[in-house]
Amino acid sequence: MSADAKKVLTSPILDNNPIALQILGVCSALAVTSSMVNAAVMTIAVVVVTAFSSLFISIIRNHIPSSVRIIVQMAIIASLVIVVDQVLKAFSYQLSKELSVYIGLIITNCIVMGRAEAFAMKETPMLSFMDGIGNGLGYGFILLVVATVRELFGFGTLFGIEILPLVQNDGWYQANGLLVLPFSSFFIIGLLIWAIRQKKPEQVEKD
Amino acid sequence: MSSNKESFSKTILFVLAVCLVCAALVSTSAVGLKEMQTANKLLDKQTKILEAAGLLDKAGKDIVGTYAKYVSAKIIELDSGNVVPGDVDMFDERANARDAEKSSKPENDIAGINRRSDTAVIYLVKNDAGQVDTVVLPIVGSGLWDLMYGFIGLETDLNTVKSVIYSDHKETPGLGAEVQNPKWKALWDGKKMFNEQNEVAIRIVKGGAKKGDEHGVDALSGATLTSNGVERTLHFWLGNEGYGPFITKFRNGGLN
Repeated sequence: MSADAKKVLTSPILDNNPIALQILGVCSALAVTSSMVNAAVMTIAVVVVTAFSSLFISIIRNHIPSSVRIIVQMAIIASLVIVVDQVLKAFSYQLSKELSVYIGLIITNCIVMGRAEAFAMKETPMLSFMDGIGNGLGYGFILLVVATVRELFGFGTLFGIEILPLVQNDGWYQANGLLVLPFSSFFIIGLLIWAIRQKKPEQVEKD
Repeated sequence: MSSNKESFSKTILFVLAVCLVCAALVSTSAVGLKEMQTANKLLDKQTKILEAAGLLDKAGKDIVGTYAKYVSAKIIELDSGNVVPGDVDMFDERANARDAEKSSKPENDIAGINRRSDTAVIYLVKNDAGQVDTVVLPIVGSGLWDLMYGFIGLETDLNTVKSVIYSDHKETPGLGAEVQNPKWKALWDGKKMFNEQNEVAIRIVKGGAKKGDEHGVDALSGATLTSNGVERTLHFWLGNEGYGPFITKFRNGGLN
């Protein structure tokens, strides 16, 4: 793999994270992070959609008339999201029931459109594909970190496996009800952004 | 090249081509996966019914086989309690409830369902000897956020509870969603729905039901509205506008 491809693949994870630096895709990050399974499936779905939409858009980028480019991008992204939704319904009905509307809402996830417009319209297909995967992973990285905190301290489990036995089940751990609710992700994402910027001061915005 | 790709006809042609490709992709996946999706949906429903009948452990991995062996489904008309002919597999309670022809407005809508389907599917579950020993009835009622769909499993006296299983709800995780907690579900086993005067007596008790209270079930802590919803749902469905007529008929031995 060339150095370029490697860079576009890995830089979105910490250096240029779509959620932590660009503050994109936060709404779905709030909703699907109550359990690790949901977060993991959502990550896979977003990686697939971003990667392939970037790939396809990059392939036809020289033919897209600029007056309708956003519509064309949307059509491609929406089709991919529907396919992902259908596949999920066919192979994991239980999960698709839980993630229900959020899979459909990947269409409106700014990360997907953002990468299509900012990267795939200018770069070669292979590089765009890598960039899509990278940004999906960057999104997923935050999702999984938030979900770890929320599921472990909110439910006492990880991937549904009991780690901290709950009081309700005759254990000792009193679950933190706040972390079960979606808005607790705001705090966790905020703390994460702070931690990343503490480590990488160049990300701090100048006033 | 770049100048004429912006021309009007080129733009239209390009958009049409993209749409065609996208449409082909979407319809292929929808049609190709349809069969698996329907099978999955059915499997999910059958799993819940077996769970309500207490047969899930016995079924193990063979949900479809166990369901076919033990469960027989019938469509009943709620107001008369009579069995009516119809295709059980095509029955869709939610679609019926939206259809003015096939549903009616309950007079005393305590469950908050707005419209009730005129017919319902009930499930008669046999034991190994071939005798019906459990009746599973679908229920629906408002929780805190939205309608909650589930099943109740009753013994053949249609009074003793085997289980109350919620299959589809949008309650708050950790609070109302605890209706799916195995420990709470286990509380229902052996409770009685009706008192000696044959009135619906099941109650959800805040602060915990007394030991030996055969009509009381502990409320979910932190989820008063969900708990109330469960109680009202049961009262509605076991009452005269729910399965009442069917329950009377069934107890008198007359299922026709």
